Amino acid sequence: MTKLITRRHAAGGLILGAGGLLSGCDALGDNQTFRKVIYSGDGINRRLQRLVSDRGALAREYSPREMSPRFRTNGTRDPTNPEYTALAKGGFANWKLTVDGLVERPLAISLNQLRSMPARSQITRHDCVEGWSAIGKWTGPRLSLILDMARLKPAARYIIFHCADAYRGGTEPYYESIDLIDSFHPQTILAWAMNDSPLSIGHGAPVRLRVERQLGYKHAKYVMRIEAVASLDHIRGGKGGLWEDMAGYDWYAGI
Amino acid sequence: MSERKDRRGIYRHRLATRLWHWVTAATIFVMLGSGLMILNAHPHLYWGQYGANFDHPWISFSRFPGWMTIPSTYNLALARRWHLTFALLLAFALLAFMIASLINRHFQRDLRVAPRELAPGHLWCDLKAHLAFRFHDPARPGAFNTLQKLSYVAVIFVLLPLIIGTGLTMSPGINAAWPWLLDLFGGRQSARSIHFITATLIVAFIIVHLTLVILAGPLGEIRSMITGWWRVPAGDGE
Repeated sequence: MTKLITRRHAAGGLILGAGGLLSGCDALGDNQTFRKVIYSGDGINRRLQRLVSDRGALAREYSPREMSPRFRTNGTRDPTNPEYTALAKGGFANWKLTVDGLVERPLAISLNQLRSMPARSQITRHDCVEGWSAIGKWTGPRLSLILDMARLKPAARYIIFHCADAYRGGTEPYYESIDLIDSFHPQTILAWAMNDSPLSIGHGAPVRLRVERQLGYKHAKYVMRIEAVASLDHIRGGKGGLWEDMAGYDWYAGI
Repeated sequence: MSERKDRRGIYRHRLATRLWHWVTAATIFVMLGSGLMILNAHPHLYWGQYGANFDHPWISFSRFPGWMTIPSTYNLALARRWHLTFALLLAFALLAFMIASLINRHFQRDLRVAPRELAPGHLWCDLKAHLAFRFHDPARPGAFNTLQKLSYVAVIFVLLPLIIGTGLTMSPGINAAWPWLLDLFGGRQSARSIHFITATLIVAFIIVHLTLVILAGPLGEIRSMITGWWRVPAGDGE
């Protein structure tokens, strides 16, 4: 009898204990010191991945028959910023990509100039942080081509992409950043076409970044300006991207 | 386990085993809670390379409730921080435990399943003994029984490596470094599905494991996993 009670108590204790532990996890997740511990995984995972992968290792490229029948849009689908809507009305004829920051030669590139540059086409998988994947074809010049035209200064360490769409009632423009390893990667392109058509507004017209070894939120849409910087610390929230600043997503999204 | 005996009983679990057991128990708990929160962000599972809202999932869930998830209210970013940091602990603790258990011969001595143990007659006897709540061989009370060994082998050498492998396959960075993982599991969305199925099997193991600990005498079993010393329960093994 005593043994039975012990067993029943033990079972109840385990269930109660599990519930208590779960609520304890919420408290731990709010604790600043503990947050530092679980936020350290970002840097550790990045270093481990860079340790086991060649910096030029390519994301898988798929055949046309492996493409998603329908590629869903995500994030901002139609920016409301008046400057952008005016550009869109004019078919982006007046759109110019600004390249500045730590460069020897700042640039302003029109869409036609961008489309006339040597382009790379790649059928790759787009992985959203939420868990879904879609396979599509992207076409555009390599980012490295543009960075070489602008000539980075030696102090440049990160490339920032400033976008036309914004969050929080239009007060927080989208931005993202990548390091130079990903910036000069052969599959990192400024895509102006998707699935052999000009990029639609839903997918980031006129130009979106493709950085194939990272998750979807790094692939900035509606790119207006590319800025080379030495550090991300004093840019906006300091975490290197809008989702990183606003929601605490990892800056390194290779995982 | 060495059959070292004294008044404290049998020295049943070595330090490496005990450390790994508790680190992994806590880690799996975090992985399950944060994993369900991550699944809440897109609670549909697919087979193949791709899979999103316009494609056909083989299974869909409504959101998992807050008492099952870490954190308890929707926060994909924080759940990923928990999951991807504790994943490192899970994987490297398993690696360290495997190396230690080869060196201290825990695997060879305690988990090796002899061919005769897999004979249907033997497995049948083992099952009957379980149903009669007899878990220990009176001649060698410290040894694991066959079903116990098979379940531990399945968790250590199949389920945990599988969940780590499919987890890595969901990483676009690792896909570029080790593209063979995509071929091994049939694509990122297949890996995601297998990851979830494996997690379910681990939950099934935990339920059976905890039930048997309770049936076998929880205090003695838990004490032995803390101190290493285990006393043959009175009236057991007869």
